[in-house]
Amino acid sequence: MSIRHSLLALLSEGPKYGFQLRQEFEMSTGEVWPLNVGQVYTTLQRLERDGLARSDDVEVDERQKNYRITDEGSEELSHWLRTPPDLSEPPRDELVIKVLVASRLPDVDVYEVIQVHRRYIVQLMQQWTHLKEDESRFDLAFALAVDAELFRLDSVVRWLDAADGRLRRAAYEPAPENPVALPSIHRRTGAHR
Amino acid sequence: MSMLELRQVSKRYGQGANEVDAIADIDLAVERGSLVAIMGPSGSGKSTLLTIAGSLEEPTTGDVMIDGARLSGMSRNDKARLRRRSVGYVFQDFNLLAGLTAVENVSLPLELDGISMKKARAKGMAALEGLGLADRAESFPDQLSGGERQRVAIARAVVGERSLLLADEPSGALDSVNGEAVMRMILAACHGGVAAVVVTHDAKLASWADRVVFLRDGNAVDETLPPPSPEELLNPEVPNPS
Repeated sequence: MSIRHSLLALLSEGPKYGFQLRQEFEMSTGEVWPLNVGQVYTTLQRLERDGLARSDDVEVDERQKNYRITDEGSEELSHWLRTPPDLSEPPRDELVIKVLVASRLPDVDVYEVIQVHRRYIVQLMQQWTHLKEDESRFDLAFALAVDAELFRLDSVVRWLDAADGRLRRAAYEPAPENPVALPSIHRRTGAHR
Repeated sequence: MSMLELRQVSKRYGQGANEVDAIADIDLAVERGSLVAIMGPSGSGKSTLLTIAGSLEEPTTGDVMIDGARLSGMSRNDKARLRRRSVGYVFQDFNLLAGLTAVENVSLPLELDGISMKKARAKGMAALEGLGLADRAESFPDQLSGGERQRVAIARAVVGERSLLLADEPSGALDSVNGEAVMRMILAACHGGVAAVVVTHDAKLASWADRVVFLRDGNAVDETLPPPSPEELLNPEVPNPS
């Protein structure tokens, strides 16, 4: 989450005070990412240092400073919005590692391990869905943020289901005698290496 | 008393060496007002469980009770009456009759139960209105979108005083926004006192339920704990269990 660029985005709507920026940031993310006021002021000072925003040059309390975006700030924002985050490198996923380890250990029931994680994630999804269910809390930013979380968790459940199926199938099929070395695919993919 | 109760229910197909347990020793109780999801891969017995719960199929062993009435001692006619009055089904492919309008599809089960056409139609209209479909009442299924057809199917499942709703992959091929709308409707029916069972392989749909039961090779292997309140999730002071 780039607080820096989110604050620039809010400033691109017009000049704002630090306290107001914090409130608007939380509202725009559906209050899913709480932000403390210290983070806001530190970030604003850095934006100012880097020439992306400026404040009224009066020596007043941080709370009363009014910030506005500079031309460089607008350019930076536009560039950031269009730059894909780096997804080319697979993250070191702890859950994947746990399932891989469980699948190798003879005394561990890998399906039981998978189910423990599946249940935990479905429970998390239930919690997020219950938040969505409460329509009094509903707003568009909140729904989008909750959806993102649900889709992320859903992809983990689907991976667990696929792993479950693949392991069951592998249990019935003998392993190849001379396993072929895996091609190092990840070395050839990814634009941002 | 639970609206639906399964006690040690098993279903066996085939004989001798070909014998297969589709489901084995399932215990399940669903209260009025609650939504239970059954999750599992294809072939795990989800659909068998649902057809047995809805009295469309007999278990090999075990008991099924709907609203306190035990199905095993009942005549075919009594079972059919119980189904018409108490049980609504929603299937993946909607199963609407193509030659009937939306409201005719919805009121048909009431008419079959001997309710006058006029009364059945009024109840059918009320069910459609409840799902925001009053203006589509006279449309035929092929004039409705996928999402609308599924809403008609849900209206048909809850029309009258039915109190048990059984749904098999109810969002079918709908996109995720329409799938969510389907789950919201099922949940609304539950808030009105209906007991619902949804079988699905989709965790996003299952997460609408109060309780998720995991089925594997015909066995109920696990289930979710009751969810904590929404506040606990947004309150950073509560430690994350991960």
